[in-house]
Amino acid sequence: MSLRGLPPRFWVSAALVGFIVLAAVIGPFIVQTDPNATVGGLYDRPRCCGAMLLGTDNEGQSVLANLVYGTRTSLIVGLLAGAIATVIGLLVGLVGGYRGGWIDDVLTAITNVGLAIPAIVVIILVSVSLPKRNIYTLALVIGLTAWFWVARAVRAQSSSVRTREHIDVARLSGAGFWSILARDVLPYLLSYVVMAFVLQVSGAILFESTLSMLGLGPGNATSLGTMLYWAIAWGSVRTGAWWAFVPPTLMLTLIVFALLLLQSSLNEVFNPRLRRGRAARKKAVTPGAPSEAPLVVGEPEPVGAVGMLETPTSTGREQR
Amino acid sequence: MVLAKYIGRKLAWTLVVLVVALMLNFLLPRLIPGNPVDAIVGQIAAGGGTGGEQLEQIHEHFMQEFGLDKPLWQQFLIYIGNLLHGDFGTSFGQYPASVSHLIGQALPWSIAIQLPAIIVGWVVGNMLGALAAFKGGWVDRGAFVGSLFFSSVPPFALAIILLFVVAVQMGILPVGGAYSFGMTPELSVTFFGDAVTYFWLPFWSLVLVFIGGQAVGMRSMAVYELGSDYVNYNRGLGVRDAMTVRYIFRNAMLPQFTGLGLSIAALITGGLIIELVFSYPGLGTLLFNAIGQNDYPVIQAITLLITLAVLIANFTVDVLTGFIDPRIRAAQSGER
Repeated sequence: MSLRGLPPRFWVSAALVGFIVLAAVIGPFIVQTDPNATVGGLYDRPRCCGAMLLGTDNEGQSVLANLVYGTRTSLIVGLLAGAIATVIGLLVGLVGGYRGGWIDDVLTAITNVGLAIPAIVVIILVSVSLPKRNIYTLALVIGLTAWFWVARAVRAQSSSVRTREHIDVARLSGAGFWSILARDVLPYLLSYVVMAFVLQVSGAILFESTLSMLGLGPGNATSLGTMLYWAIAWGSVRTGAWWAFVPPTLMLTLIVFALLLLQSSLNEVFNPRLRRGRAARKKAVTPGAPSEAPLVVGEPEPVGAVGMLETPTSTGREQR
Repeated sequence: MVLAKYIGRKLAWTLVVLVVALMLNFLLPRLIPGNPVDAIVGQIAAGGGTGGEQLEQIHEHFMQEFGLDKPLWQQFLIYIGNLLHGDFGTSFGQYPASVSHLIGQALPWSIAIQLPAIIVGWVVGNMLGALAAFKGGWVDRGAFVGSLFFSSVPPFALAIILLFVVAVQMGILPVGGAYSFGMTPELSVTFFGDAVTYFWLPFWSLVLVFIGGQAVGMRSMAVYELGSDYVNYNRGLGVRDAMTVRYIFRNAMLPQFTGLGLSIAALITGGLIIELVFSYPGLGTLLFNAIGQNDYPVIQAITLLITLAVLIANFTVDVLTGFIDPRIRAAQSGER
């Protein structure tokens, strides 16, 4: 696959994600202000330059410093939880789909029950019960409740791969169970797994901010969600201190939007059939239907494509 | 007959999930190390203002209410028994108010926002999506980019921005709460007129996000259908467009309908957080306060309500799908 073949949407989303990651990784070194240090009074107005660029929050801390550290926290939680959920879902789906039989029945039943119970309920109950909350326990809890979607989609695919001939060849040549899974089944699902991971990360970041806003955020770190929690608790919206709540709100929106866009463009890259289908469809439809005007960034078709892959997370919302 | 079997299976499935959910709801808070009642009474004592004798009374009351001196399975039965009586226990945070009372006060506000938002959002979103797919051109582009944006904005983020721009900056609508100071909830035109002004912003925050998600989904389904064989065949036969459009709509509708069941949990959660932003006195705000006070009975009751709402919504969608989709009546597949 050549780089030139990638849709423009991919580059836009990659640039956005790159910017966010840079802000989280390098940001703290550039701002060089401790997010817990008091640098001003209650809701000081933004002024040039440095740590005061975005004013101060309710505790007189630099909003800019909190923003970059908060982005870092949110990304860490998102990546960790996304990785946990994707790995568990992948394992359960692969084993269930490939093995079949009673193991599959049990795993499918667990998956279906897990899908039916809203994840937020379990997360709230566990978070409330935890004696100490930090970003790692939070990521663990979110990851452990989010893998069901992945498991179901992976299972559907791996059980269809199971009946293909190359699997028989591998089995005849004496390959072990795990070796077949890793070398003969997994490659067929890899593109889906990458996309599922991206969706899981964005879902986990949203979950984290939702929990933080409820007051169940990490106790030892600033995240975008905890920033909003304090901003709302101290009435910054009401008093018009926009610098306290607009930056984290925009950053969260940007992260989620960039990840969804990335996922939809990856879908197109990984799934050439979709691209051809799209071109064919464009010719087939009525003159009134989707026009052939030049592509606008963030334009059509990302979501239906995932829908076809049997991902109920097509809009990224159902996950939460 | 097939339909009855289908519904029966769905019902059995829903009950299984309900039992699992009840067990989780019961077990998870009991994983807290140590005796929760001791911790709570300790907290009340630390708060001051409560005498020793009264504390002992509270301690007794909770020990008895939860049956904490009994084995776990008996506690579970007590818990289920109480739930069947509609008894959610006593609030820790607002002792001695009963949880049912607190929930009863908050629930109507949440329903008032969520139910209309879900219905309006679903109908308008699907119409918008279908329209965008059929019209194409600028209508499509505008509707699509807008929907994509709204569907990827976290609901609470939209709520915060709306609150700031419309209520604080422009001062068109009230800033927070559910009705003006000095009013009491009653069935009168004045109260209703007053409450509606507080209702708009949380409602719109939820509805816009939902419209976005639905429109994006419906549009891609409809565009996908537009390219399918039966549409080409119809066109070849010279069937009127209106008729083809009807076929397309029916086919694209079904996934959207099942999707409603799937997205309901996210929507409810989103709605609860939006209440926080506007300090709307619904379940979200109650949950927020309960978490702040470690008020386990209230938290448990709300999580149970969320689970129930999601299960009931999914069951309803499943049953209605059975009526709408002839394929389900024909096939007896056990796949959900």
